[in-house]
Formats: sequence, C-alpha cells, structure tokens
Amino acid sequence: MEKKANNVLIGINDLKKSFGDQKVLDGINLELHDNENLVVLGKSGSGKSVLIKCIVSLLKHDEGSIKVGEYELTDINEEDLIEVRKKIGFLFQSAALYDSMTVRENLTFALSRLKEGFSEEEMNNKIVEALENVGMPDSIDKMPSELSGGMKKRIGLARTLVVNPDIILYDEPTTGLDPVTSHEISNLINDTKGKFKNSSIIITHDINCVKTVADRIAMIKDGKVYKVGSLEAFINDDDSYIQSFFK
Amino acid sequence: MPDKLHNQEESSLNLNSFLTLIKDKSNSFFIDVANVIEYLQTVLRNLFTKTFEFQEFLKQCYQIGNKSVGLISITGIIVGLVLTIQSRPALVEFGAVAMLPGMVAISIIREMGPVITALICAGKIGSSMGAELGSMRVTEQIDAMEVSNTNPINFLIIPRVLAATVMIPILTLYADAIGIFGSWLGINLKDNVSLDLFINQAFAQVEFIDVFPAVIKTFFFGAVIGLVGCYKGYNAGRGTESVGIAANSAVVTASLLLIIVDLIAVQITDLF
Repeated sequence: MEKKANNVLIGINDLKKSFGDQKVLDGINLELHDNENLVVLGKSGSGKSVLIKCIVSLLKHDEGSIKVGEYELTDINEEDLIEVRKKIGFLFQSAALYDSMTVRENLTFALSRLKEGFSEEEMNNKIVEALENVGMPDSIDKMPSELSGGMKKRIGLARTLVVNPDIILYDEPTTGLDPVTSHEISNLINDTKGKFKNSSIIITHDINCVKTVADRIAMIKDGKVYKVGSLEAFINDDDSYIQSFFK
Repeated sequence: MPDKLHNQEESSLNLNSFLTLIKDKSNSFFIDVANVIEYLQTVLRNLFTKTFEFQEFLKQCYQIGNKSVGLISITGIIVGLVLTIQSRPALVEFGAVAMLPGMVAISIIREMGPVITALICAGKIGSSMGAELGSMRVTEQIDAMEVSNTNPINFLIIPRVLAATVMIPILTLYADAIGIFGSWLGINLKDNVSLDLFINQAFAQVEFIDVFPAVIKTFFFGAVIGLVGCYKGYNAGRGTESVGIAANSAVVTASLLLIIVDLIAVQITDLF
C-alpha cells in the first residue's frame, strides 16, 4: 500500500453512523499510523466494532470519511474495495471459521480469493507457514468443531496472516478466553507486528491485553473519541471515566 | 358523568392503540415486502452477471439429493401403498378395479409426487438452509466471507437456489417411480399382478399432459424452497435464537408458498 508522507495508513474523519434513531458513532476522528498497535477502548455498545466494520465496508457509514491508503471508502467502487480488502485482515470476535471446511480449506479459501497466481504447492507452503506462525501446524486437517476457543482464534489469525495484510483489525481478540490463553493471544498480536511489520487496530476491553499490545490507545465514549494517548498517559490520567477501565 | 367521560377516554385510547398497532403491522409488512423484492432483484442480477460457483453448486446438489433420498423413498412407497389400499374398495364396488394402476399413477404423477416431495424437501432442505445460513450470519462467517472478497450471494445463495431448482424435479421423478412401485405392492396384497402388467396398465392411461405440467411446476417448487430457505437464513438476526427462528420460518413460509404455487399451477394446467 502506498504510504502517505506522515505514515497514516487509515484516516478517519468526522465519522457518523446511526442505526435507526440510535447514534452509534457521532463524529469519530482517528488515525492509524505505520507499524503501530492502536487499541480502541470503550464500554460495550460504544460502537467499537461498528467502527472497524465501517473500515472494511461491512457497514456503510452515514457521514464523514474513511481513507485507507489512497482509497476513500465513501462511494468506493467495487474494484477499489477489492484492493482495500486485500490490504486489510480482519480477526472476528468469534474467529468466524467456516464450519463446513477444514482448517486447510479455511486458509485456502481466503488465500485463493484474495491473492492470485499461486500454484497449489505455493499455496500449501503459505498455509503451513501461516499455521506455524500461530503455533498450530498440527491442526491443518481438523474441523473447526474440533478446536477450542483459543485455537479457533489462532487459526482465525492464521487465516488473516496467510494473505500478508498491511493492516490487521482485531475485534475483541481475547473475549471469552481464559487468562493464560488471553495472554498468549496478546503476545501473538505483538509477535505478528514484530515479524510482519504490520499495523493493527485492536478492539478490546481486556486491560491486560491493552497493557501488552498498545502503542497508542483511543477511548470512545458517546460515539466520540474521548481521549487518544499512550498507555502511560491513560494510566496517569485522573479522569474518573478513564480510571474506571484501568482500576 | 365522570364515569362516562372516563369510558369515552378509555375507548378512544383503545382505538388509538389499535390504529397504531395496525400502522406498525402494515409498516412492518411493507418493509418485509420491500426486503423480499430487493433480495429477489439481487439474486436475479447476480445470477446472470457474476461468476458462477460451480463446485459449490455440485456440492449443494449432492447435499440435497443425499439428505432427502431416504425420506422420499419411504414416503413415496407409503403414499403409493396407502393410495392403492384406500382406493381399491371403491373401484371394486364399481367393477373398475382394472383402472386402479392408471388412477394411482395419474394421482401420483400429477399431484401426490410433486407436492409431497416438495413439502418434505421444504422441511428437510428449507430448514437446513435457514439454520445453516442463520448460524453463519450469527457467527460472522458471512461477514468473513465478504472481507475475503467473496460475494455471499454468489457463493451461498445462488448455488443453493439453483441446486434446489434442479434437484427437486429429479427427486420428484424418483418419488413418482417409488410411489408407483408402492402401488404395485399394494395391489399385490390382494391380487397377483406382475410388475410388467401393472406398469403397462398404469402408463396406458398416463398422457403427456399429466407429466409435463407436473414436472414444470416442480422447478418452481425447488426455486421457492431455495429462495425462502436462503432468505430466512441470510437475513437472520444476530442472536443465537435467530437461527431457530430462521429455520422454523423457512419451513412454514416455504410450505405455504408451495401450496399457493401448486394452486396456481393447477389453475394454469386446467386452461389447456
């Protein structure tokens, strides 16, 4: 992806999104920089997941703009949207593995539809490599129903990594996992950034995950960005709303 | 006097809430109709302009055939058997027992085979499509597909609708054959008729006009089952209970629509 001079990979400007009468996003301004983990914090229902779904056009925003690299998502055409989606990986809250396919088929599906021109052997090598990166090479022929929650998240991440995206969006990656597995997934997010030099937006309210992965934090309240800053800035802030998350 | 005033206020309140209910219901009905029209438009547009997922189509054909063939075999044979056993006494009374194979064959080919096959498939396939797509919606698999540059309408809906449209006529012809065989078994409970003679007698009375409209209407039955099952599943809500609702609603709506389509088909056939 062509990187802008100030290294902004995603620029969100005055973003608004409502569902009926309910305003979920009410003028969000946010930037994702090159090679950073940006954590988006906020209460349940504050619109964090809606925000990242707007970034991949799973939901259409009502007003404002989202710029991914050189592409403006408002009224984007189908060809350009394909290019945007090739650059962004999305790890869903439930991992969203296709139930009717094996792990290998899940990864093949993503790879064959997002990247063209690979031979069968190249594809197989990439799939094995992606599974090794998440520590799951033995699960290649398993069905999703045979995997635990943490394993599903890892395979979901492998499915995201196999297409080598510049940006990864994590939707509550540690939700529903035990503390040990949550810590492993948080470390995996850091390892991924270290190895692939990609940037990530991580939606979470798991403070341990925030402490492990965050380069920068954006807090959302009432549909707006309440505060953006480093982990230290958030920890040292006296604001009672911010402290309610970090205590 | 205050009592009368109170009663008047109460009845005007009831009328208002009744009118609001009617308004809400009719709004919701028209929104549903608009959604269905939009869905049909999208399916038709993608059917003719987008890449066809042939492997998925074959997989769905296999699934539909494989899932239904056992149930259809059992039902078909029982329908043929029961129809024969029930009709025999009346025909014996009129000395027309020789008409029994032809009468049963015509009943099965024209009506019983297509309708019973379609209703069984509405239950078996329609609910399965509703539940499968509903579950994919709830667990964000449809969103994941979209993020992987795959149009879910092309990958999930069109192959299923086309597979149902192709497979229901095939399953119906199979059910007809099994039903006629069941009828032969039914006749042999009382008489001794060879299969050759039975088939000759049965098909001596069956004409092209009995078979052709019956086969044509099964394509529509298949399309209805596929479209309704996929629509209900694809548009399921986000909670887990939506999966059950989608599956249930797919069966009820598809069954009702099948009866309506059958009624229309019978009226059209009667014109010729």
